Amino acid sequence: MFPPRSQRILLAVLAASALLSAFSGRLNPYFLDVALGAGISVVLASSLNLINGFTGQFSLGHAGFMAVGAYASAMLTTTLAPRLGLSANLLQWGFFPLSLVAGGLLAALAGIAVGAPSLRLKGDYLAIVTLGFGEIIKVVLQNVDAVGASRGLTGIPSHTNLFWVFGSAAVTVYVVWGLLNSTYGRGFLAVADDEVAAEAMGLNTTRYKITAFVVGAFFAGVAGGLYAHLKGYLNPGGFSFDKSIEIVVMVILGGMGRHSGVVVAALLLTVLTESLRQTGAFRMIVYSVLLIVLMLTRPQGLFVWPLWSKKEGRP
Amino acid sequence: MSGPLLQLSGVTIRFGGLTAVSSVDADVREGELAGLIGPNGAGKTTVFNMITGVYQPTEGAISFGGRPTAGLKPYRITELGIARTFQNIRLFPSLTVFDNVRVAFHLHLDHDSVHSLTRGPKFQAEEVQLRERTRELLSIFRLERVQDEPAKSLSYGDQRRLEIIRALATRPRLLLLDEPAAGMNPTEKDELMKLIRFIRDRFGLAILLVEHDMKVVMGICERIHVLEYGRKIAEGTPSEIRGDPKVIAAYLGEEPVKES
Amino acid sequence: MTEFLQQVLNGVSLGAIYALIALGYTMVYGVLRFINFAHSDVFMLGAFVGWAAVERLHLPTRSFGGGLAALALAMAVCAILGVVIEKLAYKPLRNRSTLTVLITAIGVSLLIQNVSQNPTIGFGPNPRAFPELFPARQIHLGGLTVSTNQIVVLAVTVVLLAVLYWIVHRTKTGTAMRALSFNATAASLVGINNDRIISFTFALGSALAGAGGVLYATNYPSIDPLMGTLPGLKAFVAAVLGGIGNLPGAALGGLLIGLVETFVSGTRLSTFRDAIAFAILIAILLFRPAGLLGKLKVEKV
Repeated sequence: MFPPRSQRILLAVLAASALLSAFSGRLNPYFLDVALGAGISVVLASSLNLINGFTGQFSLGHAGFMAVGAYASAMLTTTLAPRLGLSANLLQWGFFPLSLVAGGLLAALAGIAVGAPSLRLKGDYLAIVTLGFGEIIKVVLQNVDAVGASRGLTGIPSHTNLFWVFGSAAVTVYVVWGLLNSTYGRGFLAVADDEVAAEAMGLNTTRYKITAFVVGAFFAGVAGGLYAHLKGYLNPGGFSFDKSIEIVVMVILGGMGRHSGVVVAALLLTVLTESLRQTGAFRMIVYSVLLIVLMLTRPQGLFVWPLWSKKEGRP
Repeated sequence: MSGPLLQLSGVTIRFGGLTAVSSVDADVREGELAGLIGPNGAGKTTVFNMITGVYQPTEGAISFGGRPTAGLKPYRITELGIARTFQNIRLFPSLTVFDNVRVAFHLHLDHDSVHSLTRGPKFQAEEVQLRERTRELLSIFRLERVQDEPAKSLSYGDQRRLEIIRALATRPRLLLLDEPAAGMNPTEKDELMKLIRFIRDRFGLAILLVEHDMKVVMGICERIHVLEYGRKIAEGTPSEIRGDPKVIAAYLGEEPVKES
Repeated sequence: MTEFLQQVLNGVSLGAIYALIALGYTMVYGVLRFINFAHSDVFMLGAFVGWAAVERLHLPTRSFGGGLAALALAMAVCAILGVVIEKLAYKPLRNRSTLTVLITAIGVSLLIQNVSQNPTIGFGPNPRAFPELFPARQIHLGGLTVSTNQIVVLAVTVVLLAVLYWIVHRTKTGTAMRALSFNATAASLVGINNDRIISFTFALGSALAGAGGVLYATNYPSIDPLMGTLPGLKAFVAAVLGGIGNLPGAALGGLLIGLVETFVSGTRLSTFRDAIAFAILIAILLFRPAGLLGKLKVEKV
């Protein structure tokens, strides 16, 4: 039966996003903004879920990948595109997605660099190293004049729209789901459970871990590009440890290693943070209390079915 | 193929100042049911770990099917045809019984990450086939009824069996069993002995087992290698070993060797 | 040459503070096998207690007695805080996976930071001036400029290290701590009250962090709720450098990181100063994860 059901669902979602995007002019600009932000969060959370939730590699530097993708695609649209003299449509529908992919690929390269330590380190240690890489990326960006250093990068054209965002979200979820739902994909989970046993069963644990980091980083890079062309400006400070933690919370809330749970958590949390934006300083307080309470009471995540199960999930 | 399936020549391993295994020569022939015994701390699991590539010998050589295994990573050695179980059961706890076995078919997959995304007809056909083979394997050992349960919910005895089945899914030519009878009662041990013989006969592979229970070892092994303090002190058939004074001396203070 | 010695002095003085903080990280790791992310915030609160001792409790400034009193107060408050955090947030997770506890620790850290930053219930985000606790004077020796504050830092650190050594090696509690760090199950089986020893370890580590906070603020008298992040990170790197779980290692590591940072600040790479700490961390974990003085645990197959 071709194409399989999962691909038909993907195409349906893409078509729906295209339709929605065409009518986006009619939508309340504030809601549109929130929706776009939520979609970007879905890409970030799903991609991190592959690394953390499914492959069990604790990565605290996801914002770093996002930053790489954001800056890469923004540099392309602000410095390269104008020289090519392309029409507006070509920019929006041709150049922009290419710049997103370019950003993703660069982020994927970073993913190899960050994933390499995972071959030798576990748990706490890996978490710290990934955190370190995230911070190093940020510091480097703060010191490179060509991308605006600490002043930031401005004047990024707003190419991001509903189609690109929801489309990317759908593709990300499809890729993560697809990868895992195969005999090959069970390997990620095996590596997460017991690396020694996985190796003994013939699984190349190195390849699995690197693959997880590379794919996860790629989509984080795409999310970064989408983010850059939504906000219009970039500042390295926005890709700090705090941002990485926000994404980690979404993955945990959604129940590390549950596709649908993570999507729901990403959407919910983005909306929640938006509505708390009024309360400003209290937002992060609520956030941190939420995190602690969650870990104490329901470490398997909020959206794990059945809701009443007491079993501890992946963490 | 001439020559033994697995060959250890002068295998030695040192950890810092400690020599855990010293100049061990041993071999396992195709389709043979062999045993590796010795008092605690003799180095048996260390030998297993060297065969499977978890440790590299400091001196000496190991070859499998005529091929030296030096420097190969564990998954490559499994690719060559050696599978194992562990002393402390190492199943994949969060996977189902079914998936524990299915994932071990990995080595013989035609598809990879890209195919998981394109999901074309060949991919789907192979997936169906793999599920069928997994179900088949599980039903041979009568575990298909619990195939959707998480592996960690099985009884201890069933978990041990599952670990063996999982190793079989990699289609090994040599199966290493690390204390398969540990923690079993006499009835379970009898079942295990039948199971091991059955596996060797049905799948035509060689089996090397490390075991403390003499009844099991004497009962099914065709040839037994004996280690003490990292050195091999004897090798032979069960009756030869039973009467060997060096072996008896090594086990002095432990349970007397039982007649099978 | 005097330039070099001056840098060494500055580096040692900074390193001493990192050592104090690093000891807290390493003690908790040794006993519980987890990285207490909230430790750097206890350090920050120590500085604020020192500030409050003068601004709210009106302890005298520019006096050794007053300074030491403020130091002691900060240490006491932080010790209590450390125990409270442990009992509320970490103890319930004693048998959960490392990742769960790690995330909780991150949550606690964020909570403390954000509550402190809050203008209504906390201190507000803006930096404030730290009062002059000890009478500050510059002494000129040869070509060197030594500030009395630096001497205070060194003296206090040496005393605290000596006390710590005495506790760990000459008291029953200290022996119990060491036993716990080797094997928690065995420790409980020989009659050690693991919970009490763990609380004691937290209290000790937090007290040292509190002292570090006051001393740090003495030398760099501008405090704000986020001041703990960078020093905390560098102290953590120091602990890993020395071998996480190893007490002399933490002290050594602190010293080394302090020296490296001071020397790097004097070069062109100074803006990358903070990234250097991360780079060192990654290098250690990749090439010598056991640290300089530590021993790597091998997983039994």
